[in-house]
Amino acid sequence: MDGIHDLGGMHGFGRIEREANEPVFHQPWEARAFAHEFVIGANIDEGRHAIERLDPVTYLSASYYARWQLAHERLLIEKGVVDAAEIEARIARLKAEEA
Amino acid sequence: MNEYRSHEPEIALRVKALEQLLVEKGLVEPAALDRLVDLYGTRIGPRNGARVVARAWTDAEFRTRLLADATAAVAELGYSGLQGEHVVAVENTARIHNVVVCTLCSCYPWPLLGLPPRWYKSPPYRSRVVREPRAVLAEFGLVVAPEVEIRVWDSSAEIRYLVVPMRPAGTEGLEAEALAALVTRDGMIGTAAV
Repeated sequence: MDGIHDLGGMHGFGRIEREANEPVFHQPWEARAFAHEFVIGANIDEGRHAIERLDPVTYLSASYYARWQLAHERLLIEKGVVDAAEIEARIARLKAEEA
Repeated sequence: MNEYRSHEPEIALRVKALEQLLVEKGLVEPAALDRLVDLYGTRIGPRNGARVVARAWTDAEFRTRLLADATAAVAELGYSGLQGEHVVAVENTARIHNVVVCTLCSCYPWPLLGLPPRWYKSPPYRSRVVREPRAVLAEFGLVVAPEVEIRVWDSSAEIRYLVVPMRPAGTEGLEAEALAALVTRDGMIGTAAV
């Protein structure tokens, strides 16, 4: 299926930005989001498909592991493991604790 | 530029929230996550692929096996696992230069190279290297002579590629370990000569 993820040959994305001595993970949360991929009860094809189903604006504006996180949320909600309200409530609680 | 944004505070909280919920539901053990982070964050990286390349340079029979069935050949060295289920090795020669991309996402031979750098996963690399590989390689500092054919390999969910660079001139006396030290991650993606 054609989608925003099918980037081969597209124009307009500009220069390739490289980073010297790049760490494997740039933020601790990236490492956690990476690890979640293997424990959420979805196979890697489902995970990839969930990323491809993100809306194009989100796909292009979110960073790489942010896309993984958004895909994980979506898969877990679709599978009935968590619900969206539960996630938002927990985020609100964490925000309040940080404030 | 979003790929290079240094802060996504909301996302960090989203990740933490999801992990807490999964742990509380008994679906995930934090220690299992720690092990994955340690494995891919610190233990698996391009030194694995470099050992494969050095072996191919120094052992003609291994090189033949690697080019015929890379998955089996790298397993001889103990490299297998996630995202390495089907590996294909492509060899650079005086007439052919190979370069690897995953236009659809970020497929990459994890057991051999670890996790990919950001540029490999970025829209500019994914969109451009299939259309103008020579220009892209020049941006990486690799000028490929006009008479050399460039082959761009687009990874898929099933097949991962390893580029075997040409052995540098003047390294005839070196043993495999010293040769491996010369091989870079980018050389095995094909965006550097070695």
